Amino acid sequence: MIAIVDYKAGNLTSVARALQHLGHRCEITDRPETVRAAERVILPGVGAAGATMENLRALGLDQCLREDVAKKGTPFLGICIGIQVLLDHSDEDGGVDCLGIVHGRVVKFPNSIDGRLLKVPQIGWNRVHQERAHPIFAGVPDNTHVYFVNSYYPATDDKSAVIGTSDYGVPFTAAIACDNVVATQFHLEKSGAAGLRMLDNFCRMKF
Amino acid sequence: MLAKRIIPCLDVRDGKVTKGIKFLANVDVGDPVAMARYYYEQGADEIVFYDITASNERRGIMLEVVSAVAKDIFIPFSVGGGLRTLEDMRAVLLAGAEKVSIDSGAVRNPDIITQGSKAFGAQCIVLSMQVKFTGKRAEIPSGYEVVIDGGRKPTGLDAIAWSRDGERRGAGELCINSIDRDGTKEGYDLEITRAISEAVSIPVIASGGAGEPSHLRDAFTKGAADAAIVASIVHYGEHPIPDLKRYLRGCGIEVRDAITLEERAA
Repeated sequence: MIAIVDYKAGNLTSVARALQHLGHRCEITDRPETVRAAERVILPGVGAAGATMENLRALGLDQCLREDVAKKGTPFLGICIGIQVLLDHSDEDGGVDCLGIVHGRVVKFPNSIDGRLLKVPQIGWNRVHQERAHPIFAGVPDNTHVYFVNSYYPATDDKSAVIGTSDYGVPFTAAIACDNVVATQFHLEKSGAAGLRMLDNFCRMKF
Repeated sequence: MLAKRIIPCLDVRDGKVTKGIKFLANVDVGDPVAMARYYYEQGADEIVFYDITASNERRGIMLEVVSAVAKDIFIPFSVGGGLRTLEDMRAVLLAGAEKVSIDSGAVRNPDIITQGSKAFGAQCIVLSMQVKFTGKRAEIPSGYEVVIDGGRKPTGLDAIAWSRDGERRGAGELCINSIDRDGTKEGYDLEITRAISEAVSIPVIASGGAGEPSHLRDAFTKGAADAAIVASIVHYGEHPIPDLKRYLRGCGIEVRDAITLEERAA
């Protein structure tokens, strides 16, 4: 069973629907014991880092994800805010300490580049360049368009963890992987056939 | 670089699409789920459903449509038409829509923009506006006035001022629908689209008037739009979405390559 972590934010049902469409069993849960017992764990969602961390802490899920999921080898997938809270710190909401599973901080896109206005948030389809081969990308061509909605992005210090990058006026990390932990800034559940394939790849991945 | 989006719009009344694709043999052109699936497979970047159901009693039908569409297509889609309250928005989002589009309801009660943005995030809230050229005057410095109720009722709001206000209140995107161009196939109103796109720092969607592929090119270049709504240009089969994208790519405009991958059985 795949646990979809419910931290009282949006977009949980769309991930569940995509998994059901692919034929994978899943359960939306906010209980650490259910997350601990799951074969795979997905932390999806749209939302702000402050509220996300606050809710994860209140539910005891921060400890659970850090100690019981990430360290014990359970396959873990973070999507959108789910990639950002993996880092040490986010600049959002005046600065928020995050899970610290991957080193680095989450920073905001600049509002302009060389005097040209940059629309923030980024909303739409951008290309993800595969920095290296990874099972999550199996069957997906390099530089495929995927769907992003983000004002912030993960600037990780751990370059070896970066498996996908994209460019929104500034180059940024779009996907990271570190042992059993995989995460994407883009929405796999809204990225058409390519997104479904990556979601399916995660559900089948052996670590 | 972010791709320019092509967004087919489906008008739905009492759960049925009113302007169907006339040329398709195997698709029930009245069925919004089948139509959405068709456009999804054609490479639409997003889909908009506009609920034109006249009676309030039948609005629940739209939620069933949204829920069925959400099971079947995996790109963002939004729902507009008749949304007035936070509860209206919540119902549509819970049923599986990615975004809600608010229009006349936001003019009558601008607080709904802020409430929706706070509750669901700015990325969920598309402020849609119908604009009409009424001439420059003191209260309408841009010359373009916001109108409501299908274009019948003037509001006294300047389109650029209302756009800035909408952004400040928390809208995540703006959709600019030109009443003058709607249904004319003469092209988008590039002047107001560009003026608004340069006045705000959120994405702007051009709407109303697309009849030729070059109209989309112009919306993205001269109009500085981030996305464009298409209706009859795609509904009647003259210019399928893959052809539009091929044309735009030839013009040097970044568009999404829709890839098809075989789905694997679990």
